[in-house]
Amino acid sequence: MSGTTDQPEIPPEEVERVFKKLDQEAEGAGYHLNPDTTFTLGLIEGMLVNERRYGYWACPCRLASGKKSEDLDIICPCDYRDADVSEYGACFCALYVSQDVKDGKRKARRIPERRPPEKLGAADEPAAEGAAQGGGVGPAESTPAAESPARSEPAPVRAETPADSAPANAADLKYPVWRCKVCGYLCARDGPPEVCPICRAKKERFERFL
Amino acid sequence: MTFQHVEGTDKGRIVLYSLSTCMWCRMAKNLLHDLGIGYEYIDVDSLQAEEKDAIKKEIKKWNPDGSYPTIIINDKECVSGFDEAEIREKIK
Repeated sequence: MSGTTDQPEIPPEEVERVFKKLDQEAEGAGYHLNPDTTFTLGLIEGMLVNERRYGYWACPCRLASGKKSEDLDIICPCDYRDADVSEYGACFCALYVSQDVKDGKRKARRIPERRPPEKLGAADEPAAEGAAQGGGVGPAESTPAAESPARSEPAPVRAETPADSAPANAADLKYPVWRCKVCGYLCARDGPPEVCPICRAKKERFERFL
Repeated sequence: MTFQHVEGTDKGRIVLYSLSTCMWCRMAKNLLHDLGIGYEYIDVDSLQAEEKDAIKKEIKKWNPDGSYPTIIINDKECVSGFDEAEIREKIK
């Protein structure tokens, strides 16, 4: 048995409890769990194994790197779920499905991997190669819009613009706008919410949108 | 590498790369079991880091997405992802 790591045992009651919670949250927000309950419970058990291993719900059907910063996009619900459910009727692992799959009008089947190749190869290419371009200035993962040029330059004054029209650029906004990378929810406030009110993704899954 | 061998009818060398947490991989194992076919498998997520990297490279030679399950048949053909019809067709 050398060369393998121990597989954590998950009590069935815990799997059942998480299933009920996820089902309730999904239905409340217009999402649906796979109606094949045996399949769905198996996936949830896999996520709980990953939680024990890595500390987060890495997709049970993808190989996680074990580094949270590299796996953020595949923490369930993953960044690709909504697009895959729309296009194929199910997400990559098929935990989440569309209404027609839920109703039995369409079947969930294997779908192509939407995760970009550079993410898939992340564990193969040492991060040091990319660091040359980064110049080692600050954390590479900071929200891209945080250093948007619009914020650093003063907004041009245009006398002809009516005061009550939509702002011309982000610098004119009273609040920054945050976008949930999982479901696209937008909110204008000083910082992102702790948890997305739509899809329950955590704060770290938000990006600065405007 | 610690491949697990499952006894069954000899249809050549059938190698299944799987994840222990993935239901599609479980369906692939169940299908091979139901067909009574002998095969080898390895749960890549249960391996130590160094072994994982070597196996990932091997899988990508056949399946550029590196997705699971990946089944290699006789070092000639590959089934990427779980597709019952394709597995039945390629393992005859």
